[in-house]
Formats: sequence, structure tokens, C-alpha cells
Amino acid sequence: MPKPLSAVIWAAVSLSGAGAIAWLALSRGETVSAAWLLVAAICTYAIAYRFYSKFLAARVFALEADRATPAVRLNDGRDFVPTNRWIVFGHHFAAIAGPGPLVGPTLAAQFGFLPGALWIIVGVALGGAVQDFVILAASTRRNGKSLGQMAKDEIGPVAGFTALVAVLGIMVVLISVLALVVVNALKSSPWGTVTIALTIPIAMLMGVYLRWIRPGRVLEASAIGIVLLLLSLYAGRWVAESPTLAPVFTLSGTTLALLIMGYGFAASVLPVWLLLAPRDYLSAFVKIGVVIALALGIIIVLPPLQMPAITRFVDGSGPVFAGKVFPFAFITIACGAISGFHALVASGTTPKLIERETDARIVGYGAMLMESLVAIMALIAACVLTPGVYFAINAPAGVIGTTAASAAQAVAGWGFAVTPAELESLAARVGEASLLSRTGGAPSLAVGMAHIFSSALGGTGGSAMALWYHFAIMFEALFILTTLDAGTRVGRFMLQDLGRHAWEPFGRVSWYPAVVLSSAVFVAMWGYFLYQGVTDPLGGINSLWPLFGISNQLLAAVALCVGTTVIIKMGRQRYAAVTLLPLAWLVTVTLTAGWMKIFSSDPKLGFLAHASMIAERLAAGALPAGARTIAEAQRMMFNDRLDAAVAGFFMLSMFVILVESAREWIAVVQGRKPVRSSEVPFEARPAAVGR
Amino acid sequence: MSASHALSRGARVVACVIRAVIGVPDYERYVAHLRLHHPDRVPLGRSEFTRQQMEARYSRPGSRCC
Repeated sequence: MPKPLSAVIWAAVSLSGAGAIAWLALSRGETVSAAWLLVAAICTYAIAYRFYSKFLAARVFALEADRATPAVRLNDGRDFVPTNRWIVFGHHFAAIAGPGPLVGPTLAAQFGFLPGALWIIVGVALGGAVQDFVILAASTRRNGKSLGQMAKDEIGPVAGFTALVAVLGIMVVLISVLALVVVNALKSSPWGTVTIALTIPIAMLMGVYLRWIRPGRVLEASAIGIVLLLLSLYAGRWVAESPTLAPVFTLSGTTLALLIMGYGFAASVLPVWLLLAPRDYLSAFVKIGVVIALALGIIIVLPPLQMPAITRFVDGSGPVFAGKVFPFAFITIACGAISGFHALVASGTTPKLIERETDARIVGYGAMLMESLVAIMALIAACVLTPGVYFAINAPAGVIGTTAASAAQAVAGWGFAVTPAELESLAARVGEASLLSRTGGAPSLAVGMAHIFSSALGGTGGSAMALWYHFAIMFEALFILTTLDAGTRVGRFMLQDLGRHAWEPFGRVSWYPAVVLSSAVFVAMWGYFLYQGVTDPLGGINSLWPLFGISNQLLAAVALCVGTTVIIKMGRQRYAAVTLLPLAWLVTVTLTAGWMKIFSSDPKLGFLAHASMIAERLAAGALPAGARTIAEAQRMMFNDRLDAAVAGFFMLSMFVILVESAREWIAVVQGRKPVRSSEVPFEARPAAVGR
Repeated sequence: MSASHALSRGARVVACVIRAVIGVPDYERYVAHLRLHHPDRVPLGRSEFTRQQMEARYSRPGSRCC
């Protein structure tokens, strides 16, 4: 493209983006079309990719297209395989995109759409995509080393060990909070429960098909699986409409929690081909399909955002989760803006597939921009609901009561109009007994998606809305359970690896007693938090989601520390700000949020204050709200203190990593340690690469 | 090349891309690699290869994200 033309185009993109952001930020009182949010996001992504990622690739890392990558040098036809960059992009995107970017923005919508949107758009350009790119580039230059290994080699053994333990802690919190989202979506919903339960035999059928009937025919098996999946949607409706079967599948939260724990345990001990792998394939298809469908739906409908730009709840009095917009918007939305977990993917399979070093730009930076767009779409889907409906679905029963009348009254008290009849008719239209207090984000996102899909295909009447709602619930639950089962298995391996230092036989990965024991221990770890969340009168999300946010941002801090160390040791310390700046912001929000969650004197926010409040009630001879016995109240106190300890552990881990990294940086900058990069020395790429 | 040939070839390419994106172990590529670069080695059988690749994929953090 001729230079002047290119300049004109990029100027137009910049102006459109800036104009859209200004329009969003200045709109007050009237509804804004989702189109503005999409334009603001896409223009910012385009500019960030075109200019900032180019700067990162060319100047900071000086990636070279003719340098042999590990996939080329170590090509073994199985793990290290040079792969076309668009395939690596798709593979990487499918691996990083999980339920996180769907749930976080939905919850953060309680502040209005603007805080979440700005954090997603700015956070990804300067933080999340930078992290993914830097770790991918660093790992590619080190033969595909893992994040934990790089933390150990680049920073030191203490940092390496802290990173390892932190990853295990994150897995526990991540799995428990995601399981809680599923429980809250399926509670008292026979339709949803049956549909999701059927996905398990469908996956096993695919597994058997792939193993014995038509080995290796993954696409065939997946096509069968998808058809059965759609049929299970109708089977769920049939059960829900049956007066005899419906009560059997109308399950309480605690029953569902136990069933999910059983599922996680089974996924960890059963052979991978039977359950995990086929589910993963199915989930990948559904994931990519729904993301594309949602994008099309939003573009066709261009729905108005009913949620105001900023709500009164930025002051910290929100019912969905406690805490002010700073720092809590920034830990509630982790995935979509910056997600530390991606660093594990970017230092896992992906660097072993990169064909040319320069591909790290589109794969690392580009795929994260895509995930950010998914988060923006989730935010749009949550904000097409009227605020009254959104808060009735997302506020816990302890705040809005259990009837449509009490909910409508509570929501009206916050200044959002909704009538009991509206709430009841919406629940009936989506085929549920009630939508009140379905906390966790999944149901409100599903209502929003059902609204978009049915409007895109003409009309929200009839049974279309109910089918789309349960389709969306199935999609979210399938997504989450795929993270949960794979995560439990990985957690089991990590536990075995740590445990073998204490007792050698515990670490034997193919000795059945050790497999069963370690799986049971790991399931018990996340199961405890899940059970705690399910029985929490405030809905559980209020305490667990912030812990997940803090842990994910801790991992991002580890990744950015590793990235900074790598950049400094490459002798490019003048560019260290590209990772130091997002690191400083993350440390600020995470430590502030962690401190507030532990020590805030507001019992709604602070874990310890909540525990003391219960203690005072008990001392006065009364029971706190939500507790029926003294033992229950005491367990609530214990859980508060446990949550405080977990938050404290994550904060301490972050502190250790920071101090260790800073010592290393100062030593290199002051010349006490040599400026020596640990990357594999340059080797030219062969002219033609055989396969 | 006839139209139907082109079509079936296109379908094969698409199928191949989808398999790679969702992370299916590619046995044919593995065998082709060994034939070309290590003709002296005996390749694993399909089911053993698939088992090993799947075990590796689902035993480390980073194959699946939140």
C-alpha cells in the first residue's frame, strides 16, 4: 500500500475509535447502541496490533523470520511441529478462550458498561496481549520452556517454587468458582440439568466410537456428538415438561455440587480417550461456533445497551459483589483484559508449533485481542438486559428475597424499574420456574444471548427464547466443565509431583491407589470451596470470584516479572516499561483488592470483619442471617477466615515473586550480574523445511 | 484436475485444519516424519501414539485455560 493512503486509513481508524470511545463515555441518560462499543473495541485492537505489537516484535524482542524456531530445529512429528501460523492462531485461541471472559464482564456490568469496557479494551492492548506475546516469544526462544521453569531459570529457585505452588492454588480456586457458576445455573432447572448430564454419555459414546468403531475419525464422531447435543436440548425440555420426571431432575445446589465433584473425580481417574478428549473436541466446536454466532447476532441486531454507562454501585454498595469500582472492576474482569493463566498456554504447546519467530506476533498478541473481543461481546449480551432484570437475576436471595414481589421492590429501591409480572413472564419465556438470584453470571448472560439470537432470527416470542436460553446455558456449562475436568486431572498430576517429595509412591502416575488418592485429595480441595460457596447465604460468588481474580492476576504478575527479567537480560532494559507498567498496575489493584477483602471493616467486603460480625451475633445469643444452627454459623466464620488466609497467601506469593525479581533486575542493571540472555543461540532457518 | 477432485481435496484440507486447531493427534504426519527422517525407527502403532499424545496433553497445565 502506498504510504499516504496507509496514513489516511490509519488516521480514519484512530478517529473512529476515539470518536466511539468519546460517545460511550459522554452518553448520559439515553441508551447507546452496542455498535459504538464494537467500533471502539475493534479500532483500538487494530491500532494496537498494527503499531504496538509491531514495536514489541521488532524493537523489544527483535524477532527474526530467518531464525530457526524450536519447531524447526527439534521437529519430531509429534510435539515439535512447524505449523502454519493461522492454524497455530486457531489452536492457541481455542486453548486460551474459556468461560472466564464470559463470566467476569457479566458480573462487572453492575458498575455499568463503561468501566468494564474501558478496562477490557485498554487492559488487553497494554497488558494482556503484551503478556501473552512476551511469554510466547520468550518460550519460543527457549525451546518451549514452561512458565514455571522460566521463573526458576530467569529469576531464581524461590520464585520458581512460589510460581508452582501459586499455580496449584489458582487451579483450586478457579475450579471451585467455575463449578459454582454451573451449580447456580442448573439449580432447580430440570431442563438445564438433563441437557448437561446428557453431554457426559454423549462424550463417552464419541470416545468409544473413536477407539473401537472408527478410530481416528474425529470429525465424524464430532458431527454425531453435535447432533446428539442438540437432541439433548429437546430431551431436557421433554423432561422439564413431564410431571413425573421433572421433580426427579429438579436438584438442590448441594446435590449438584456433590454430583460435579463426582464428575471431576471420574474425569481424573478414567482414561483420557473415554471422557476428556472427546469432550474437549465437542467443546472446541461449540465454542468456536457460538463465538461466531454471537458476533453475527450482535452485528445483525446491534442491540441498544439498556445498562447505563455508570451505575451508582461504583461506590461499592453493589449487590452482585461488594467493593468499589477501584480496585474491584480490575480483578473481577481478569480474562479478556489480562489473564495470567494464558502464560501457561503460551509456554505450553503453542511455542512448539511456531514455524517462524515472527508468527508470535499474530499468535500471542492477536489471539488475545480475539479473546478480548469475546469479553466485549459478553459485556454487550449482559447489558442488553434492562438493569432491573439484570439485578434481579444477579443479586443474592439474602438481598432481594425469594419472591418476584420482594425482588422487584428491592431493585426499585436501587432506582431501577421492574415489575414482578415482568420477572415472572421472563422466567416463563425462557422455560424456568424462576430467574431470581441465579448468581454467577451464566443465567443472565444466557438470557442476553437468547435475546440476541432470537431477535436476530426474527422475534422473541414463542418457544424460541426458551430453546436459545437453554442452548446458551448448555454452551456455558460445557465450556466450564471442560475446564473443570481437564483442570482436575492436571491438578492431580501437580499434587502428585509435589507429594512425591514427602512420600515417593504418591507420585507414581500409573499406580492406581496413588491416582485415586491424589484425585480424591484434589477434588476435596476445590470441592470444599464449592460447597462453601453453595451454602453461603450471600451466594458464594461474592467471596469466591474476587479470590479467583486475585489469583489469576497473581499469575499474570509472575508472567510479567518473568517477561521483564527476560527483557532486561537481553540487554534491552530501555524497553522494560512495556512489561513493568502493566505489572505496576496489576500489583496495585491486586494488593489493594486483597488487602480490602481481608481487612476492610465493612462486613460485606472484608472476610475478617464478616467473621467478627458473626462472632458478635453469637455472643449476643442470636444467629446471623442465613444460619440455622450455631454450628452453621461457626462454619461460616471458619470459611471467612479460610478465605482471608487464601487471599493472604496469594498476596504473600506476589510479594515474594516481586522482591525476588527486583533483586535480579537491580543486580543486572548495576552490573553485579552479567547481561546474558538464556535463549538458545541463533541458528539460521534451513531454506526448505521438510515435514 | 476435475471440479470434484478439487472439491474433495479442499474438503480434506479443511478437515486437516480443523483437526489441527482442536488438537487431534496427527498419526499420519508422525509416521511420515519418521519415514523421512528416521527410516531406521519403527513407528508406534496408531492407538499407542494417540494414547501417549493424549496423556501428555491432559497432564500439564496449559492445555486448557479459564
